[in-house]
Amino acid sequence: MDTSSHDVLLVGGGGAGLRAAIAVAETNPNLRVAVISKVYPMRSHTVAAEGGASGVIKADDSLDEHCYDTISGGDWLCDQDAVEAFVREAPEELLRLEHWGCPWSRESNGHIAVRAFGGMKKKRTWFAADKTGFHILHTLFQTTLKYNEIQRYDEWFVTKLLIDDGRVQGVVAIELMSGRIQAITAKSVIVCTGGCGRVFPYTTNAAIKTGDGMALVFRAGGPLKDMEFVQYHPTGLPFTGILITEAARAEGGYLINKDGYRYLQDYNLGRPEPRPVLRSMELGPRDRLSQAFVKELERGRTTKGPYGPVVHLDLRHLGERLINQKLPFVRELCLKYEGLDPVTDLIPVRPVIHYMMGGISTDIDGATPLPGLFAAGECACVSINGANRLGSNSLPEILVFGARAGKAAAEFAEAAPDAISPAVIAQANDERRRLEQDFLHESGGTERVATIREAMQKAVEEGAGIYRTESSLRDAAQELSELQERARNISLDDHSRTFNTELLSALELTCMLDVATCIVHSALHRTESRGAHQRTDYPKRDDRNFLAHSVITRTSSGNIRIDYAPVTITRWPPGERVYGQQQPETIKQVASA
Amino acid sequence: MNIPMIEMQVARYSPERDAQPYLQRFEVPVKPEWVILDALNYIKDKLDGTLTFRWSCRMGICGSCGYMVNNEPKLGCATFLSQYLPGPIKIEPLSNFPVVRDLVVEISEFLEKLKRVKPWLIHENGNGAGEYLQTPSQLEEFRQHSMCINCLLCYAACPISGLDPVFIGPAALALAQRYNKDSRDQGAEERMAILSHPEGIWGCTFVGECTKVCPKHVDPAGAIQQYKLAAAMEGIKQFLMPWGQRQEER
Amino acid sequence: MSRAGQAPAPIRPTPTPTQETAPTYTEFHPRWYRPPISTYWWLGKSAYVKFILRELSSVAVAWTVALLLVQIRAISRGGDAYTRFLHRMSSPWMIAINIIAFAFLMLHSITWFNLAPKAMAVRIRGIRVPGLLISGPQYMAWIAISAIIFAIVLTR
Repeated sequence: MDTSSHDVLLVGGGGAGLRAAIAVAETNPNLRVAVISKVYPMRSHTVAAEGGASGVIKADDSLDEHCYDTISGGDWLCDQDAVEAFVREAPEELLRLEHWGCPWSRESNGHIAVRAFGGMKKKRTWFAADKTGFHILHTLFQTTLKYNEIQRYDEWFVTKLLIDDGRVQGVVAIELMSGRIQAITAKSVIVCTGGCGRVFPYTTNAAIKTGDGMALVFRAGGPLKDMEFVQYHPTGLPFTGILITEAARAEGGYLINKDGYRYLQDYNLGRPEPRPVLRSMELGPRDRLSQAFVKELERGRTTKGPYGPVVHLDLRHLGERLINQKLPFVRELCLKYEGLDPVTDLIPVRPVIHYMMGGISTDIDGATPLPGLFAAGECACVSINGANRLGSNSLPEILVFGARAGKAAAEFAEAAPDAISPAVIAQANDERRRLEQDFLHESGGTERVATIREAMQKAVEEGAGIYRTESSLRDAAQELSELQERARNISLDDHSRTFNTELLSALELTCMLDVATCIVHSALHRTESRGAHQRTDYPKRDDRNFLAHSVITRTSSGNIRIDYAPVTITRWPPGERVYGQQQPETIKQVASA
Repeated sequence: MNIPMIEMQVARYSPERDAQPYLQRFEVPVKPEWVILDALNYIKDKLDGTLTFRWSCRMGICGSCGYMVNNEPKLGCATFLSQYLPGPIKIEPLSNFPVVRDLVVEISEFLEKLKRVKPWLIHENGNGAGEYLQTPSQLEEFRQHSMCINCLLCYAACPISGLDPVFIGPAALALAQRYNKDSRDQGAEERMAILSHPEGIWGCTFVGECTKVCPKHVDPAGAIQQYKLAAAMEGIKQFLMPWGQRQEER
Repeated sequence: MSRAGQAPAPIRPTPTPTQETAPTYTEFHPRWYRPPISTYWWLGKSAYVKFILRELSSVAVAWTVALLLVQIRAISRGGDAYTRFLHRMSSPWMIAINIIAFAFLMLHSITWFNLAPKAMAVRIRGIRVPGLLISGPQYMAWIAISAIIFAIVLTR
């Protein structure tokens, strides 16, 4: 069995992974750091983020206000010490990116421009036209090329974490190009594999977002936190699910139902004004907007489109010049995939899955309870997003916690012992045998990957969608456990070694099934409604019992266990989430010392 | 409901079985909103699970899904099936790259060339405090070239990339120009030696196909020709005033 | 055992075998296929054909310049040499070659003027000057100078 050895190993090469790698290289240039990713890093899904990244830099803004917006947006499930650290470090990280060449959009005097975004009381979202994630990822990737210490394993798929002696000692991975299965040992591992949108049928997420890292940690006995909180982005295109950025609403777009009525005013989100009002109407938080869509659907006020019910996004009043300047990618996407021009036509949109608030449970430095295992980015849950993430908080999240996890892992690796347990090599050999027997050499078997995948997506959408009930969740849980059984019987057409993407999709399917099970079980146990998790049988928020993070783990006997961990509250006691014109008098009053 | 069918001829190659690629035929339904990628996924899910191709975002931003569609380099997620009726559609891997399997090509040489042109911001201040000011018109100077998604369609269209594998190529040269033209960058001189070289811009004979096929309108041909002008000017300057060189060297 | 600090060596595949050999596959070293490029690659696409013709037009330029030098030498040698030159120029072969050369010269000039704006990104107040404003004056100058030369030659 071939092995290679590093000090810090990043699993995942997106925004968080690359930022962490740079942090390791800068903390200690003598450390051997490697990034392992199942796609080339510039293909990572960070590239598709559009709207912007929030950071307090303008004089009229303050860190406390950003904290309050984030915490109230998360329905008070956010760990406030983490939010304070995040809000403080976000502008530093975004400025560092600027120094690395990120082409932030500017005001005419040359300073960085900011715009409004959903759920934020002040304008604090930095943006690079409407391709912010693209520019951030390419800036990070091109900057990592500067560091010769950062090695890359491009197109290697990690199948298992190697754990012995109470600490993580590396991974087992398949080199896609050749089919070689190898152990890559490391003194510390940072998981940055992103979210799991592909568990659902309609999503803005790319094909690669299959929750691999979350499943890896779950199978190793690590904790996943707040898995029931999945975010529906209110404006995705109907057939493809392609994202139409929140920035379209921040620049002044309206959401209208089939009667041309700005329906959000009926849902406690304020009164319609011609120009966008922060934290009001179309600039409300994403969970409330998606829930409003479902209510409109129930009232029969949505338009019936060829791919299901839609509402419309109206950008016509913004004018061609502004759309070309601030929203060129939105125009391009609509023209291409809908054949419609936002300058003259209404865009059909519907809520689609976009982000996973939950994930691998970490502390404020990205460390999980497993020594040597860290996590950062969408796959991790610190938690700063709580029950609902505000738009433009995710990009600074990957930078801030990527940097923190990188630094913490580097320090851990410096102190960790050199020796690799021989047991780890035996584990790796076992994993290789399992993969070869169960997938590559297997004959017989009756199930196809695509069939099980589609059944899983249907079950999760029906059971754990925007609104959930006990019975819908129980049905979904039952269906998923049957699908897990069926997945043992997958037959592959492709038994070759070279670039076997069918094997990859089968392995990703097993990861998705694990993650889906976590989502459904966590949702079943949280008998309240909070943020993005809405139970029609328990419609109220229950702070007495559920002001806590759900933590789901797999015990050594293979059973699922759910615990609750307290939320760290520092200066903002739980209150009402208020949007629209009625705002708490001064935010500083609410944040009592 | 009568859904038209179209014949897809997809290049297949498995190094474990085949000495060279061959075309395999499939019949695929043509729904009006389907792109090439939907057809390939239909084949993989329902007809032949061994078909191998790269894809990810399906919205034209990740750059994974470049293929030759009827001998033209295209993104699979941005090319609609219906425009090829009645067919057939021939899908092959990107030209000018070694083929690993079916539609998957080997791109590590491109990444080596990209690294060589130093595509990062070179600024002596490093991580100093405060933002570097940049006006919107300064941003506009290099904005177009910064749009490159590394899809490599330009390399497939460039005959020089095929005839001369050491040519650095359109995307890498355009990205070097993106940094050269960035008002915050101070590395133009460092990059000059690498770019103004037979393997760099002087390998380009301005065929112009790269700009034509670029899905993001990066205009690599324009970037290269503009740099040729700048490099030529610099060459003349150094020829006429060689003593200036010693002052510039640090 | 682990080779400390070493990533696995990058895969360098074995060279492509010729068409006739049977596939020999070495485990973990996939054989990449490199399609051969024929000498007639440029006939495959009309854009490539136009490109090659454009490049070949430089031969016509060289021919015309050589002809001009021969003409000047003939003129400088006096009446007899010049008459012989004119006689050679009026043979049907020479006329045919010169017509083809002229066509290529036109192609050369037009493509040159059309491509010139691509090499110059001129911006006035942040907006890129359209290509026609750069190639236009060049066409004008070309026509003007040609007109002047025509006038001189014809009125002589």
